[in-house]
Amino acid sequence: MTQSTPLLKVDNAGIRFGGLRAVADVNVELFQGELVGLIGPNGAGKTTFFNLLTGVYVPTEGSILLNGEKLHNLAPYRITRKGISRTFQNIRLFGELSVIDNVKVAYHSLAKHSILSSIFRLPSHFSGEKEMDEKAVAFLKIFGLDRYKDEKANNLPYGQQRRLEIARALAANPKLLLLDEPAAGMNPQETKELMNLIALIREKFDLTVLLIEHDMGLVMGVCERIYVLDHGQLIADGTPEEIRNNPKVIEAYLGEEVS
Amino acid sequence: MKLFKQSKSFWFFILLSLAAFGIIQALIITGMLNGFYVNTIIFVAINIILAVSLHLIIGITGQFSIGHAGFLAVGAYASAIITMKLQLPFAAAIIVAGLTAAFTGLLIGIPSLRLKGDYLAIATLGFGEIVRIVLLNVDYVGGASGMQVSHLTTWGWAFTCMLIAIIVIVNFTNSTHGRACISIREDETAADAMGINTTLYKVVAFAIGAFFAGIAGALYAHNFYIIQPSNFGFLKSFDILIFVVLGGLGSLSGSVIAAILLTIISTFLQEYPETRMIIYSLVLIVTMLYRPQGLMGTREITSLFKKRKAAEGGTQDDSKHTVA
Amino acid sequence: MELVQQLVNGISLGSIYALIALGYTMVYGIVKLINFAHGDVFMVGAFVGFYAIKILELSFFPALLISMAACALFGMLIERVAYKPLRNATRIAALITAIGVSLLIEYGVIYARGAQPEAYPGDVLPKETIDIFGLSISSQSLFILGVSVALMVILQFIVHKTKIGKAMRAVSYDAEAAKLMGINVDNTISATFAIGSALAGAAGVIFGTYYIKIEPLMGIIPGLKAFVAAVLGGIGIIPGAMVGGLLLGVIEALVSAFGYSLWRDGVAFIVLILILIFRPSGLFGKNIKEKV
Repeated sequence: MTQSTPLLKVDNAGIRFGGLRAVADVNVELFQGELVGLIGPNGAGKTTFFNLLTGVYVPTEGSILLNGEKLHNLAPYRITRKGISRTFQNIRLFGELSVIDNVKVAYHSLAKHSILSSIFRLPSHFSGEKEMDEKAVAFLKIFGLDRYKDEKANNLPYGQQRRLEIARALAANPKLLLLDEPAAGMNPQETKELMNLIALIREKFDLTVLLIEHDMGLVMGVCERIYVLDHGQLIADGTPEEIRNNPKVIEAYLGEEVS
Repeated sequence: MKLFKQSKSFWFFILLSLAAFGIIQALIITGMLNGFYVNTIIFVAINIILAVSLHLIIGITGQFSIGHAGFLAVGAYASAIITMKLQLPFAAAIIVAGLTAAFTGLLIGIPSLRLKGDYLAIATLGFGEIVRIVLLNVDYVGGASGMQVSHLTTWGWAFTCMLIAIIVIVNFTNSTHGRACISIREDETAADAMGINTTLYKVVAFAIGAFFAGIAGALYAHNFYIIQPSNFGFLKSFDILIFVVLGGLGSLSGSVIAAILLTIISTFLQEYPETRMIIYSLVLIVTMLYRPQGLMGTREITSLFKKRKAAEGGTQDDSKHTVA
Repeated sequence: MELVQQLVNGISLGSIYALIALGYTMVYGIVKLINFAHGDVFMVGAFVGFYAIKILELSFFPALLISMAACALFGMLIERVAYKPLRNATRIAALITAIGVSLLIEYGVIYARGAQPEAYPGDVLPKETIDIFGLSISSQSLFILGVSVALMVILQFIVHKTKIGKAMRAVSYDAEAAKLMGINVDNTISATFAIGSALAGAAGVIFGTYYIKIEPLMGIIPGLKAFVAAVLGGIGIIPGAMVGGLLLGVIEALVSAFGYSLWRDGVAFIVLILILIFRPSGLFGKNIKEKV
């Protein structure tokens, strides 16, 4: 893929809730393999923007293209299958399912065995389930979660739950991974481990990553480019260095430390 | 190797239930069980089918449907038409009953499963009432006075259908398709974000549940001499709901145990219907107040036999899940 | 002429639905619970009114007031005993409890006094036909409508002009914030149950005087239909419940007028399913999307 065709192209996208424009005129281009940050003060519309990308909300204006293909009006699960997958700000694991089953749910769309073959326990059911199982175990090893595999997701410690949510999102085989405040609630040590993990998975899975984060250290440290949202509009984009010195950004954060 | 183990316990289950079937069958043939007990046992089997079919919809998929008696009614009437009006064999009636109810399930499921929680509950309750009122107004099936039905349900039929229902629902649940359904129960938004076609799986669970409720309807109808719309009011729906809730939302074995216990209890309280309803309702309220996860929570009885890992031991007991 | 008479019947019936629906909608607005037992409070109200008239030999209005007071206490009792401990439980647990409470009241009443119906005395209200523009309308219909409207006006006054009404609105908007502002949430919820139940009790007495026959399971169908009315108008919205109730009564009367009276009970549920599918927030509601 050449640099001229972006993986994700968001063209003047926005959404209104009643009279309120929650997000407006957002233009974003992400290229294959980039790690990009999305920052902004509370209530700036960052999560709403993620919801637009993943089909939870349908944009009322503009368009969103993945590899040149319009995503407008696709159900969220279809968008996931096209290659955008996400984590949530407040962790949303399948709490009563085991760790390994959480990952297997993400593999579901690749399952080769039908409902009937599972009901009648045909050979394709056994081979399909076995394949999923092996894949999931190998996958959990990468994240160091294999020792918890039969534990209920609810019973994991907080940091591991965050990890599992990222693992689950990756298991859905995305081209673009959206991380919504992955370091929220983590201590500095855990945050550092998370940064290493993000760098590792980007390398290993040839991913493009868009990251919402409050922890400026993390964003400035790992992201190559940064977009800044304020009041639902993009006010700046550029390298971490440019963003750090951008007066508009400083004003938006008014008093908050930007470095 | 886990797969091998699963199928071993599967064959153990089959063997055990065939033995149970054989013993009861022998008792019936030798006349050691009188008609009253045979009837009760058949009724237990029918209620188990109803319980596991609703368990799939509420316990596994998390869709709070409280109009299950509607599917029971559809199955009962469809089967009665097959045997009584068309003079076809009982086997055909059972299959047609299941398919008709499943079709009804699709018809009602596709629009209403977009609703969540309370709203879905009310819509399904409304659906159950609509079925009853339609039956009340159709002269072909006898209106309010109902239909005469021959007594064709035997212990053999009831047992076979029950076994099939349990196996199908267990097999479905323990597969990627069942996990898809559970993920919807746990967090529908996250399931959607993981690529699960949530609408499809809700409708599939609804249709399979309706299918078996329809089969239960065929057995139910042919275990009496007459069926009337008033047999299928929402009190009947609540009866089925109580099995699932009391057994533990998400536990198949729990709902089976609850179905057995409550059927036996209510058989003995048949003479005192008010007392029965008061006990039922008190049990329901007290369960919700003091043990909202029900008898078994989301655990299965098989897990009690497995050696528990020390790490998992205590923490699982207090687990509860949100369905709304 | 027949049609107009049916319309008047529909409005009378609709105003009974509306009175019950108000309780549903207020309770749902404040604790997000479908109070299945609400229809049974209506039934209890009808019986209290009956005994007040028959045994205490009271006339309509004192009986109405006694029934409203009894139901208000009963509603608060139900809330305190069964629902309050479940305030932080799952929605499903609360719904199942409500179903349990409903069954308990129905069969408790049957256990206590038997399942046989009672008949309200026919002379509680004067029965005359009034001619308006050549239409003959029964004075009872008008009277019922008048009482219902008066109760709704009083309710509007309470909700909008009194301190407790303000507290109710605050709690239903955001219970946590209301608590921080010093509002006693528990008492406010109790008051909501009391007011809603009193209205259901009034509806019970009105129902009895108009339709004569009352029995322990009489609350189920009107209860469900009143819920339909509440959903139709937009659940949690008080004027919505009034309009929804009247509308449902009129729709049912029209279905009867066109000769499908046996289908009358079905129509309410078809309306329910249609409204849930096409406009789940009801006629007066706003669409709110789940926050992700």
